[in-house]
Amino acid sequence: MSLLQVRDLSVVFHRKGTRPFTAVDGVSFDVEPGRTVGLVGESGSGKSVTALAIMGLLPKRNADTSGEVLFEDTDLLRLSDRQLRDRRGRDLGMVFQDPLSSLNPVIPIGLQITEVLERHRKMERKQARVEAADLLDRVGIPDPNRRLSEYPHQLSGGMRQRALIAIALACRPRLLIADEPTTALDVTIQAQILALLSELVRDTGTALIMITHDLGVVAGLCDEVNVMYGGRVVERAERHALFASARHPYTHGLLASIPRLDAPRGEKLVPIKGSVADNIPWARGCAFAPRCPNALEICREITPELEPDSGGMLRCHNPVSRPVAAGEGVR
Amino acid sequence: MTSILRRKAERIDELAEAGGTSLAADAVKRMLHNPVAITGAVITILFVLLAILAPFLAPKDPYIPYDELRANLRPDYIPGPMDGFVLGSDHRGYDFFSRLLVGAQQTLIVGVVATLIGVTVGMIIGGLAGALGGWVDTLLMRFTDILLAIPSLLLAISIAALFSQGTQWTVIIAVAVVSVPVFARLLRGAMLSQRASDHVLAATALGVRRRTIVFRHMLPNSLGPVVVQATLTLATSIIDVAALSFLGLGDNNTSRAEWGLMLAQAQSLLDVKPSLAFYPAIAIIVVALGFTLLGESLREALDPKNRR
Amino acid sequence: MLRFVIRRLLQAVPTLLVLSVLVFAWLRLLPGGPATALLGDKATPEKIASLNSVLGLDQPIFVQYFKFLGRVLTGDFGASLISGDNVLTEIGRAFPATVELALAALVLAVGFGIPMGYLAARYRGRFLDNATVLTTLVGVAVPVFFFGVLLKYVFAQKLGLLPPSGRQDVTIDATHITGFFTLDGLLTGELDATWDAIKHLILPAIALASIPFAVIVRITRASVLDVQQEDFVRTAESKGLTTATIRQRHVLRNALLPVSTTIGLQTGLLLAGAVLTEKVFNWNGLGALLAQGIERRDYPRLQALLLLAAAVYVIVNLLVDISYAIIDPRVRVR
Repeated sequence: MSLLQVRDLSVVFHRKGTRPFTAVDGVSFDVEPGRTVGLVGESGSGKSVTALAIMGLLPKRNADTSGEVLFEDTDLLRLSDRQLRDRRGRDLGMVFQDPLSSLNPVIPIGLQITEVLERHRKMERKQARVEAADLLDRVGIPDPNRRLSEYPHQLSGGMRQRALIAIALACRPRLLIADEPTTALDVTIQAQILALLSELVRDTGTALIMITHDLGVVAGLCDEVNVMYGGRVVERAERHALFASARHPYTHGLLASIPRLDAPRGEKLVPIKGSVADNIPWARGCAFAPRCPNALEICREITPELEPDSGGMLRCHNPVSRPVAAGEGVR
Repeated sequence: MTSILRRKAERIDELAEAGGTSLAADAVKRMLHNPVAITGAVITILFVLLAILAPFLAPKDPYIPYDELRANLRPDYIPGPMDGFVLGSDHRGYDFFSRLLVGAQQTLIVGVVATLIGVTVGMIIGGLAGALGGWVDTLLMRFTDILLAIPSLLLAISIAALFSQGTQWTVIIAVAVVSVPVFARLLRGAMLSQRASDHVLAATALGVRRRTIVFRHMLPNSLGPVVVQATLTLATSIIDVAALSFLGLGDNNTSRAEWGLMLAQAQSLLDVKPSLAFYPAIAIIVVALGFTLLGESLREALDPKNRR
Repeated sequence: MLRFVIRRLLQAVPTLLVLSVLVFAWLRLLPGGPATALLGDKATPEKIASLNSVLGLDQPIFVQYFKFLGRVLTGDFGASLISGDNVLTEIGRAFPATVELALAALVLAVGFGIPMGYLAARYRGRFLDNATVLTTLVGVAVPVFFFGVLLKYVFAQKLGLLPPSGRQDVTIDATHITGFFTLDGLLTGELDATWDAIKHLILPAIALASIPFAVIVRITRASVLDVQQEDFVRTAESKGLTTATIRQRHVLRNALLPVSTTIGLQTGLLLAGAVLTEKVFNWNGLGALLAQGIERRDYPRLQALLLLAAAVYVIVNLLVDISYAIIDPRVRVR
C-alpha cells in the first residue's frame, strides 16, 4: 500500500489585478514506504508548489487547492488546521532550500530542535536536549553539545542544512520532503548532504520526495522520477530507465544539455530552445510544443494525456525513440 | 574621440528609458487606483485651491474688526453666527469665518516656504556629501546626525528662542532647520546607492564627466524619496508651527490669520466659544492628514518592489 | 558582551561632548545676553560691561567653554534667575513629575500599541486593520497640545470625570517622599493620595502617549507583516508547532526587534511632547521649567535642562542599543 497518494492535485493562485495562475495542474503520483521519489523540473514547473500543497503550507487566501493527497488513507487536504499541525513534524517532515533564512535567527539551534521533540514526542526539555545532541551527531555535526546553544549565523552553510535535516527527522516522520536542499550550497558540500540524506533514509526507512532541477542529484538518489513541466507530470520512470532511454523530448533535452567531460573540445552546448514564456496552455495542446524538436501538428491541437509507456508513464504524442548519446542534440 | 563617447552615453540613456514605462508614469497609474492616494490628493488639491481663492471667497474683510461684533463682546460671551457673519466673531471682533478661510493661505505659505527651505538646504548638504564623498561626507553627516538626534520639537524651540522677537520667519526658519537633516540624509543615501549602481558605473567607465553623472544620472533617480518626504514634511510643519505658536514662540503679530496661531489664541477661550479652537484644529488635522495620505501612498507607489 | 557595552559607553562620550558644545554655543547665541536679561530695564552700557566681566563673559570663547565644562562636571549650575533657587534643586523637584508622566505615557503607548499592531497584522486587510491604520494616521496628524486640550474639555469640563490640571488635589494632605506621587501614596499607606494622583495622571498621559502609540502600532504592524513572510516561519509551520508557539517564539521575537529600537527613539518624542502637555495640564515638570526658562531667558536653568536632556537622550539610546544586542544575537558580533 502506498504511503502517499497524490491524486489530481491542482493549485491555482489568485492575485489582484492578474489572471489566476495554475501552478499545479492535475498532478498525480505515488510514494511507496521507504522509497525515494524525485520531482524534477525547471523553475516554474510547479514542483515546489506541489510539495507545499502536500504539507498544507500554501497561503489559504491566495491559493485554491483541489484534488486529493492521501497519506495512509487520510486526505491531508481535508484535515482541519489542528489536525494538520499534529501530523506535520511528526509524520511529515520538510527540508527547505535556503538554510540560513529557514532558521529562526534569534533562538539557538538546540531550541529549534527540542521544540519539535517537545511538541510531538512530549519530551521534557532535558531529555529533548540529549536527543537533540544525538541528532546533530547523526547528521555529522561535530561537537554537538556546544552547537545546541549556538545561533544559526554561527554555523556554516553545510552545517545549517544538516541541522535542518536533523530538525525535519527529529520525530522520525514516515515521509520527508526535500525541496532543493543543496541548491544554496557549495558543490563539495552538496555531495556530502546528498550522501547524508541517502544514508539517513536508508537507515530509518523514511520515504523521501526529492525536489530538484538537477538531474545529477536525481541520478544519485532517486528510485523513481517524475518529470514536471508547466504544472503537469510529463514523464515517470524508474531511475535507470529514465537515464538510459528518456522518452519525453523535454527529459531528453535536459539530459542532452548536460555538458560531458569526455566531449570533444569546441563542441557546442545543446540547450532546449526557447523558454517557459513560450509555453501554450495545456488546455490547447502540449505546453512544450513551441520548444519541442519533435513537435507535430497534433501537438498544438490536442492535449496529450499521461499514459503508461514502457514500464512508466508518458505524456507525449511523439516521444523519442532512441537512447540519448553523449552531448547529442535531439533529432 | 569624446564625441564617440558622448554618443555612446546617450545611447545608454535611451536604452535605459526605452525599457518599459518610466517609474513616474507607473507610479501615477498605480496611485489612480488607490483610494487612499485619491483621498489624500483630493484633500491636498482642495486645500491649495482654497488657499489661492480665499481672499475672493471670504465674505468679509478678515483683517479689520467689525463694530457689530465688537459691540456684543463680553468677558464671558462671544457672538455666534449673525447675519453676514457665518461663524460669528472671534475674540477681538473679527469675522471668524473669513479669517478661517484666509488662514488657509497663510498656513499653506508658511508650510510650503518652510519645507522648501528645508528641502533646498538639505539637498545641497546631502548632495555635496553624496557626490563628493570622503571627509566632506563624514563631516556633513556627523553634523546632521547630531541634529537628527535632537527631538524635533526641542530643536525647533531652541531655534525659535534665538530670535528676540517672534515673527512669522521665526517659525518658518525653526521648522525648516528641523527638516534639513532629514532631507540631507535622504538625498545622500539615495545618491550613495546610485553611485554603486550599474548604470552609474557604466557611465563612469565610459568617461562621462562627474558633473554630468551627478546631474543627469544620480539626481533624477534620487528625487522620488525626496518628493515623498517633502509631502510628509509639509504635514508636520503645519503641526509644528501650531505647536510653536502655542508655546508663544511664534508670530507676535496676532492679527495675522494663520490656523496654528488662531488655535493657540483660542486655547484660553474654550469655555466661552470652543468653536474658535475646534475649527482651526480640524482644519489643521484634515490638511495634515491629506498630505500624509498623499505622501505615504506616493511612497508605496514609487517603491520599485511594487512594480510587476 | 561586556566588550560591546564598554565600546558603546566610550562612543557615547564624544557625542556628549559635542552636545555640550552645541548647548554652550546656543546659550551664547540667545539674543540679548545674560547681562541684559538680568538687568532688564536698568541696563546701561556700563552696567552691562561690568556684569559681563563679573559673569566672565568678556573672556575668550575657549576659556569660557572650559570654565563652563568645568562647572558642569562639578555640578555647579548656579541659581535660577527667575526663582533664585538652586537650579539643580529645582530640576530635582521637577524631574519625578516628568518621569512619572513620561513613564505612564510610555506604558500606555507600548501596552496598547504592540497588541494593536499585532492584531492589525494578523487580521490584515479586514476591518480591524483598516480602522487601526486610519487611527494611527489621524493620531499623528492631531497636534498633541490640541488633543490634550480636547481631553481636558471633554472629560474634565464637560463630563467632570477627571481633574483638569495639576498633579494632586491640595485638599488631600499627602506626604511626598520620592516625588513620584503615585508611588509615595503606596509607600506611606495613603491610598487615597495614590488614587488621586492616578486620576490626575490619566488625561495628560493619554495625551502624551498619542503619538508614540501611533508610531508603535504602525511599526509593529509592518514588522509583523514582514516577519510573517519569512522562510523560518514556514519552517516552524512545517514542524507542526502550535499557533501560539509560532507567534511567540518565532514571529514576535523577531518582529519586536525594530519595535524596541523605536521605543528608544520615542523617548525623544516624549520629552518634546512633555513640554506641550505639561503646559496644557499645569504639570510642574521639566517641560514647564523649560518653557518658563525660555520665555524669561533664564540661562542657568536652560543650561542645566538642555545638558540634562542631552545626557538622558544619550543614555536612553545606549540602553536601547544594549537591549537590542541582548535580544538579537547577531548584533553582538560587531
